[in-house]
Amino acid sequence: MTETLLAGLADPTLDSQRVFRAALDALSRPGRAVDLPDVLPDGAPAPLMPATAALALALFDYETPVWLDPEADRLAVRDWLRFHCGCPLVADKAQARFAILAGPLDALDGFAAGSDAYPDHSATLLVQVAGLSEGAAHRLTGPGIELEETMQINGLPDDFAALWERNRGLFPRGIDLFLADGARLIGLPRTTRIERKEA
Amino acid sequence: MPSSTALSPDQQARRRWMSVLAKAPAEKLIHLWDSLPDKPDWSYLRRPETGMVMVRGRAGGSGQRFNLGEMTMTRCSIRLGDGRVGHGYVAGRGQGHATTAALIDALMQDETRRAALEQAVIAPLEASAADRRDLSARKAAATKVDFFTMVRGE
Repeated sequence: MTETLLAGLADPTLDSQRVFRAALDALSRPGRAVDLPDVLPDGAPAPLMPATAALALALFDYETPVWLDPEADRLAVRDWLRFHCGCPLVADKAQARFAILAGPLDALDGFAAGSDAYPDHSATLLVQVAGLSEGAAHRLTGPGIELEETMQINGLPDDFAALWERNRGLFPRGIDLFLADGARLIGLPRTTRIERKEA
Repeated sequence: MPSSTALSPDQQARRRWMSVLAKAPAEKLIHLWDSLPDKPDWSYLRRPETGMVMVRGRAGGSGQRFNLGEMTMTRCSIRLGDGRVGHGYVAGRGQGHATTAALIDALMQDETRRAALEQAVIAPLEASAADRRDLSARKAAATKVDFFTMVRGE
């Protein structure tokens, strides 16, 4: 045994429902940060953040192939996901239904965007960023936002708005995004319109 | 399914005690555990959960595999204070049974405690399992009918 395995949810049923509810809130109010409940008795295996780890425990199972970026692809993470979620870990990002990105997000290409008949057969990205309240400002509009929402993320690429616009152009296909920082989460469904705010 | 020849001696040893723990009567196992000295610190990795497994059979050891049916089982994983992980997979819904089996599995991996545990827990359970098997074999043997052919015409 190389590293100690960390425990999963203390109460698998209720805790995963609480996390699921928070994820739903995050996706239904795009751009607004949601605090995830503290459900990890041992914390998350590095380099995963508590929010990423909690989402993984609530959402991943044997039917959801998961792709890890090189930063997240550590033995401790693989062992932990296999033990607690039983999810297949794939090397090809196009096969993944979920992806964990602990390093920088540089492209949204390559992930499954679903098909016109089954737009739900797409990937959901869990991206870890350095902060949800400073950095370049983006203006968000679209379903779930009454007028507009301002989102400042530290750790997104400079051309994120352009990448996202290309993703939105695929509608109804496309990927969905969660941005995580610590135990906080922002959800960006494929319907959200994002523009870079000029400072 | 790998054959037992493909397993290392450690794995074969572990397979043996896991099998004994899984088939032991719950009350007896828990009683033996309660009477053990110096219990370790431990915590749950995965709390006991009950589910179903498909039991597969094969007629005569060489026939086609078939699904015999599902059975209820409970599994549990624990971690000792020193990081050792133990798993318990037992038949039925006994959560205490699964937890105790996981604890003993974790302790059995500790070379310094193995011999004592083997003597205090595994050996008695194995002996009583052999007794049970022997008893049911005797009961079955008592009902055995020997067919023989009467030679006719003499």
